[in-house]
Amino acid sequence: MISVVEQPSSDLAVGERGGPAQPLISVRGLVKHFPVKGTGFLKPKKVVRAVDGVDFDILKGETLGVVGESGCGKSTTARLLMQLMSANEGDILFDGEKVGGALPLADYRRQVQMVFQDSYASLNPRLTIEETIAFAPKVHGVPAQTAMARAHDLLHRVGLEPSRFAGRYPHELSGGQRQRVNIARALALEPRLVILDEAVSALDKSVEAQVLNLLLDLKRDFGLTYLFISHDLNVVRFMCERVMVMYLGKVAEIGSRYAIFEETRHPYSSALLASMPKMDPSERTLEPPLSGDPPNPIDPPPGCRFHTRCAFAEPVCSEKTPGLATVSAAHSAACLMSVPGSGHSRAPVMAEA
Amino acid sequence: MAVASVDLPVSPAPAVKSPGFWSGVVRRLCRDPVALVALGLIVAIVLIAIFAPYIAPNDPSRGSMVRRLRPIGTAGYPLGTDDLGRDMLSRLIYGARLSLIMGVVPVPIAFLIGSTIGIIAGYAGGVVNTLIMRTVDVFYAFPSVLLAVALSGALGSGLTNALVSLTVVFIPQIARVAESVTTQVRKLDYVDAARASGAPALTIIRVHILGNVLGPIFVFATSLISVSMILASGLSFLGLGVRPPDAEWGLMLNTLRTAIYNSPFVAALPGVMIFITSICFNLFSDGLRSAMDVKS
Amino acid sequence: MTEETMIDIRNLSVTFRPGRKPVKAVNGVSLSVKAGEVVALLGESGSGKSVTMRSLLKLHPKGTLIEGAIDVAGHDVMQLSGRALSDMRGATVSMVFQEPRLALDPVYTLGQQIEETIMRHEKISRSAAAARALALFEKVRIPSPERRLKNYPHEMSGGMLQRSMIAMALACNPKVLLADEPTTALDATVQIQILLLIRELQKEYGLSVIFVTHDIGVAAEVADRIAVMYAGRIVEEGPAVEIIRNPKHPYTKGLLGARVELAHGRDRLITIPGAPPDLTAMPPGCAFAPRCPQATDICRVDVPALTAASVDHSVGCVHYG
Repeated sequence: MISVVEQPSSDLAVGERGGPAQPLISVRGLVKHFPVKGTGFLKPKKVVRAVDGVDFDILKGETLGVVGESGCGKSTTARLLMQLMSANEGDILFDGEKVGGALPLADYRRQVQMVFQDSYASLNPRLTIEETIAFAPKVHGVPAQTAMARAHDLLHRVGLEPSRFAGRYPHELSGGQRQRVNIARALALEPRLVILDEAVSALDKSVEAQVLNLLLDLKRDFGLTYLFISHDLNVVRFMCERVMVMYLGKVAEIGSRYAIFEETRHPYSSALLASMPKMDPSERTLEPPLSGDPPNPIDPPPGCRFHTRCAFAEPVCSEKTPGLATVSAAHSAACLMSVPGSGHSRAPVMAEA
Repeated sequence: MAVASVDLPVSPAPAVKSPGFWSGVVRRLCRDPVALVALGLIVAIVLIAIFAPYIAPNDPSRGSMVRRLRPIGTAGYPLGTDDLGRDMLSRLIYGARLSLIMGVVPVPIAFLIGSTIGIIAGYAGGVVNTLIMRTVDVFYAFPSVLLAVALSGALGSGLTNALVSLTVVFIPQIARVAESVTTQVRKLDYVDAARASGAPALTIIRVHILGNVLGPIFVFATSLISVSMILASGLSFLGLGVRPPDAEWGLMLNTLRTAIYNSPFVAALPGVMIFITSICFNLFSDGLRSAMDVKS
Repeated sequence: MTEETMIDIRNLSVTFRPGRKPVKAVNGVSLSVKAGEVVALLGESGSGKSVTMRSLLKLHPKGTLIEGAIDVAGHDVMQLSGRALSDMRGATVSMVFQEPRLALDPVYTLGQQIEETIMRHEKISRSAAAARALALFEKVRIPSPERRLKNYPHEMSGGMLQRSMIAMALACNPKVLLADEPTTALDATVQIQILLLIRELQKEYGLSVIFVTHDIGVAAEVADRIAVMYAGRIVEEGPAVEIIRNPKHPYTKGLLGARVELAHGRDRLITIPGAPPDLTAMPPGCAFAPRCPQATDICRVDVPALTAASVDHSVGCVHYG
């Protein structure tokens, strides 16, 4: 069991202590490797490098978008942030306090909640939706009746009339309604950060728009911070102030929405953008921006992980692993073309010291 | 006495309560004629067992050397008599008591113990799972008949010992089912959501795991009742279960086997009863299984 | 029926009877596809787009009631059964599914499965079939095709598997390709590759394609014509450019208006209120009326017929025109 190791540094509530400029979450050197089954005994031990050295910040009150293809580690990052699994290496700082160190895990848990992609699998089929929402507050010692009243209030807030829906079971609801319940459940502990892991991806487009509007309303009303994971760049562009592009367990590029969508620096981000279907049949895509599938994260390519699919790849790309290089104040890219003096022919010349 | 001065929170408005899971199961079960007939027969057999003294036309243990092995249809003995001249109908009616006890009692006990073991192993995962399940596998490796006979033989004959050995036989089987169902449910997002809310493991098991795994385990356990009846009959047949002169179907089958050439129909009657009862339990558990499938 | 019409569906209705309440998944759909034409069936879940397409191969559970007339490449599908139906499946009409992993047999190699498909429909030797399989793998641009033909489905990535699925669908030179959300489960960079591949092969083989999708962008990338479905009916049909630039039906307008791409600078999306109707209890009249901003009393009485808005653009809305 978790016990409180240290007293909180001040009387301020968790998440308020560092002041508005302190990032809500700082992730430093996060690594998660999964052993591959069937290896390691008489065979060389293999690991899936799901998350392989990731650093990023989530600022207070922002929506940080995470985009990338399957195997890029975005869902693993979410589960690590949620502490549903433990990282091999790296630290998570919540408002400047180390999670599991200065900030006990139990206190952190109340501050961070998650909405999953599969609206059905994330609801217990045997509980009514009011019971589902009231569960977490009850666990934290809220009296049953108060917890139930809070559940009804939240149902109302997410657009489900409590008198009609509170006593229903998940299989009696539509996908959009279930996802509203999941959102209400995530808000029941009054968290600061909500992780939305492909939360709208399984919904029909017209329902998706309704839920996105709801998320924006809730963010404003409850002062939330979102980590918004999605494969749909259009949705990310609409929802997020900052965007992080991931590729094979590493951050490829991170920056403001404008920087990522208008001043793209990483060739992978450009390819991802160019892969979105065009809405105008007269401007159809003629050439696929990338060929082949994303490589397997078990044996990622050496050097820059994207060099096997990159149109600008040079020999140096398979030798040097690019770190996140600052492009502008709010924009970094992990590409040798953005690192001065990296040896890539397109790299900017080294600035005079 | 403290005066309640704090305002009570507004009590939630009365909500539209949907019919629960179990009422749905009952509704679907009612649409399944096979399961209903099976259930009806089971209830009938249970009632016969309970009210045996009022139903049985004769004393089941009073024999007569004069009336040995009368065929079916003899006046006063509609199902004939056995090798000691006892009324078969009365013995079958009384036999239902012990046979049902031996068939039914081990299963709920094994259900409790096996589910507990399996759910703990399934929820804990990792090393705990490996330790528990490999131990269970050791027992599971023996054929159940062999294990039951060996245990009964070691403990000695008698009703209680037979019940104990049957229970031990069923625990590993139920534990394995419980473990696999729990492992599946454990991976679902709603369990992760509950973990993310900081709930302790026991609360998660109680609220989120039990309700979703007990159903399938229960269905499996129901199907074991028929196995239990047959195994119990087997133990009695080998002289390891109920002792004569008590009436029990397996034991009756054993004692009548010498008469199989003289009056085959009478000798087969206990077997027919074992067959009917066990098939009824089997059909009913099948029906229960499909009725518990929410999607049907 | 004209010479060049490849698929002709007339007044198709499909009713499922899983329980007591019959579910009318498709409710009077008429659609014709010319030779060499790509038609996208666009709609949300439960709109009947997939069911309509599967009717062409009669891929429905037993006890499903299919009414209307279906004519594919000169075959009257409603009259076909047993052997004749299996002969048509795969040979004249073939299908690509959303989840190739579920559609392919895990215990045979991809090469074996393609060879079996060819040999089931044509009398040729295994070596000839193997040569055809290799040519097909090259056609769908699978790298190192000889080696890949010896792979089992679980050894392939999602994109390569969908390419194999397309190769198998084309194995017997079909005239019609049915694609059921073939790119929905794929990553963005792979999706566009598959879309371009389908477009290219369609041109080369002169295939008629029905492409079922929920994604307007995908439809715009592949389709010549788009038919928009809502609650079991086609509500609007016309050339892709027309539908996207100049939608007439309030539902199509709503769908296009709700796109997040249009919301730049705004902090809210325009949405269609409400949810699609319950197919077991359809409202009388237009199915979209309860959510429609323009609905009037007449909408709640009669189902509007598809009327021509221009030569090849038709709309099922009384308020149009």
